[in-house]
Amino acid sequence: MRVHVDPSKCQGHNRCYALAPELFDVDDLGNAFELNDGVVPAALEDKARLALANCPEFAIIIEE
Amino acid sequence: MTDTVYGPVTDWATDFDHGAPEYNNNIHQIWDDLKAAGCPIAHTERYGGVWLPLTHDLVKEIAYDPTHFSSLTPVVQQLKPSEVLKEDPEALGAPIGPVPPISSDPPFHADARRILLPAFSPKMIDPWRTEVEEICNKLIDDMGDVNMIDAAVQYTQHIPVLVVAQMVGLPLADADRFRGWVDMVLGGIGAERTEERMAQFMAMDEYLTKHIEDHIENPRDDLTTYLLNSEIFGEKLSPRHVFGTILLLIIAGIDTTWSGIGSSLWHLASNAVDRRRLVENPQMIPAAVEEFLRAYAPVTMARMVTEDMEFHGVQMKKEDRVLLPFPAANRDENQFANPAEVVIDREENRHAAFGLGIHRCIGSNLARLEMNVAIEVFLKRFPDFELDTTEQVTWSTGQVRGPRNLPFRINARA
Repeated sequence: MRVHVDPSKCQGHNRCYALAPELFDVDDLGNAFELNDGVVPAALEDKARLALANCPEFAIIIEE
Repeated sequence: MTDTVYGPVTDWATDFDHGAPEYNNNIHQIWDDLKAAGCPIAHTERYGGVWLPLTHDLVKEIAYDPTHFSSLTPVVQQLKPSEVLKEDPEALGAPIGPVPPISSDPPFHADARRILLPAFSPKMIDPWRTEVEEICNKLIDDMGDVNMIDAAVQYTQHIPVLVVAQMVGLPLADADRFRGWVDMVLGGIGAERTEERMAQFMAMDEYLTKHIEDHIENPRDDLTTYLLNSEIFGEKLSPRHVFGTILLLIIAGIDTTWSGIGSSLWHLASNAVDRRRLVENPQMIPAAVEEFLRAYAPVTMARMVTEDMEFHGVQMKKEDRVLLPFPAANRDENQFANPAEVVIDREENRHAAFGLGIHRCIGSNLARLEMNVAIEVFLKRFPDFELDTTEQVTWSTGQVRGPRNLPFRINARA
């Protein structure tokens, strides 16, 4: 599984970073980006889905 | 129940009044009735003409379209923007607006917002936790050993004002004055524009102007000095811009968070099962806060129509205002399962309490921190409390909704 934050949609709600800091980080302006090229270890797949289900701007993409 | 200057509402689909106490008191029923009657966009001639879309799709479409829907007037008051400019020719018009960046439009908006964003990023806000914990604990210490408290008057209303005053560098001793002004600006939108009200606006203007002048002479480590040193397009921010942003931080940072904390505690005082779950499992608080934000989102924003146009079957006119009820979007059954139900461990929760699109609440990280800490500390100190149902809970009026009194009986303390 891979995750990606679409920077054109992200508005810095910070939900993904709060829910899955192992997969996402935020820059100085508070906008999110994926860590480790978006590669999601099997143990964190649920967290990736949780982040996607809580992004108000639908900015997170998951490829399985 | 007091009416606004426009008198009693005759019909909520064609004559609504978002400044009437009745609106916030019965808000969920009013939206449900409108939707059941097949009215996704209500209208009123009050306040110079206002529209009220009720679905998540409509709210999102408007929030994502700053070209047709300007942010110039985030609060719908009695005067239209052109009338405000006539009264005060120095007032900032589009694209800056009176309280940048919330009142600004692209492309100016992004630059004005970028100045503030770093100060409110998660990594800058997280260290405030200790400070907020101390504020909350002290407020509870100050209550003494009594069994009956008003959690709004003695707790929720103080938390954000003390935090914002420290960030902006205003004297904490003046906190009550700011709160009074904020209530006047936001709560009094439908009140008569008396001389007394105008004099209060002047007093607020003078106070903030003096505060800014003092910071020019004596710079210090706070947001006011930070703004005075900030540049936009290679030039220092104008004094009017700094004034507007400080005013915004005070207005947007106080009433909103106070309402969010208040509605959450009101829910917990009325729902023993949810309260017990959070007392026993404090690690569930962050998810519960998100659900309180969804179900009791305090803030409705507004836009101004930039040109005559048809929008989903209604004829909008230039300078009409459009309310953006994010709280109604949060209860749309096409977006949320069982939207009327408060599910404190809801897993899928794309609520729009902090807005959608380019104007996402810049203080959302701070508001979340304050809500989490305020609830955490309250539950720890008062593991058992309930609403005293012999007293009426009063809700605020206007575009920010929250309880203004919370009569609680304390059954256990720790």
